[in-house]
Amino acid sequence: MTFINYAAREINCKIVYYGPGLGGKTTNLKWIYGKSSPTSRGKLISLATETDRTLFFDFLPLDLGTIRGFKTRFHLYTVPGQVFYDASRKLILKGVDGVVFVADSQAARMEANAESLKNLQANLKEQGYDLAKLSYVLQLNKRDMSTAMPVEEMKRQLVIRNEPVFEAVAQNGAGVFDTLKAIARMVLVELKKTA
Amino acid sequence: MPTSDIILHEEDYLAIRDLIQRLRAEANARVVCLVDRNGQQIAAVGEVEGLDTTALASLAAGNVAATDSLARLIGERDFSALYHEGEKDNLHLSVVGGKVILLVIFGVRSSLGLVRLRVKKYTGELAVALERMQAQSAKARSGKLAASPFAEITDADIDSLFGN
Repeated sequence: MTFINYAAREINCKIVYYGPGLGGKTTNLKWIYGKSSPTSRGKLISLATETDRTLFFDFLPLDLGTIRGFKTRFHLYTVPGQVFYDASRKLILKGVDGVVFVADSQAARMEANAESLKNLQANLKEQGYDLAKLSYVLQLNKRDMSTAMPVEEMKRQLVIRNEPVFEAVAQNGAGVFDTLKAIARMVLVELKKTA
Repeated sequence: MPTSDIILHEEDYLAIRDLIQRLRAEANARVVCLVDRNGQQIAAVGEVEGLDTTALASLAAGNVAATDSLARLIGERDFSALYHEGEKDNLHLSVVGGKVILLVIFGVRSSLGLVRLRVKKYTGELAVALERMQAQSAKARSGKLAASPFAEITDADIDSLFGN
């Protein structure tokens, strides 16, 4: 749900990074935080356990610049990936404008990817969203792992429509900004369509 | 899609700001902030310098959402207000018109009783102002107001954001 503030001349959009546990959602946000200028980023908030696993969400507000005199601010959220945090995931999806699915490329995590994707579709549906219509990007993370599945096989299993797909190694930033730009673009194009 | 965009026009913003200014003064509060349930800040007044109101809005929305779910788990529809007590400052959260969170930060110059009383007094007026804002948003979406500037966004505008 985009928030257009004419008084402050700001557009605020919400993007959620979804995916299985330990897939690299928080790492994406940390990289974006580390590489953005302090003037364009807010504080990175992490509600995590003592062992640094996401408990509720991570949150990073980011200014991308000005468009037609309006400051474009993106609120980036991650969800907790572990299966038993489903109630929290549902809350974070409320009011979402775009979703990035961060898939783990390791062969052993393919089942977790599929389960998480199914969970995303179900949770969106529960709130009246349709993943087939929502701004959506697929990121294949951890491409540097020796056990990484071939890209084509991952696409075969995880692509649900003609969504943009990006290969990434979030630890070193590869593909992180390409993914962010793609989802931000889709959200803005959608805003243009509904304007 | 289930939720509609919120469009906040200058006049609605000023009316809402005026209401929360008055609430702040009458409650002797440090900060009063209005946040949409999805974590977007609508307006904030008071001692906001040095306060990260964007993070505050996001965390308040998360807090209210989690507490609502807790309420439903025990068979309640919701909890109408939340109160967090600190050593010096305290936080009072309540939901206005089912859609917006009213956040009040207050210290020793005020009390929970006073804040609750003033919040109650202004909740009705705020709900009316928010309804007007929603009606305006709906009008804007149905094209009854001047065309949105975003209808004019070009691919070049979007490209320029990313420096390519």
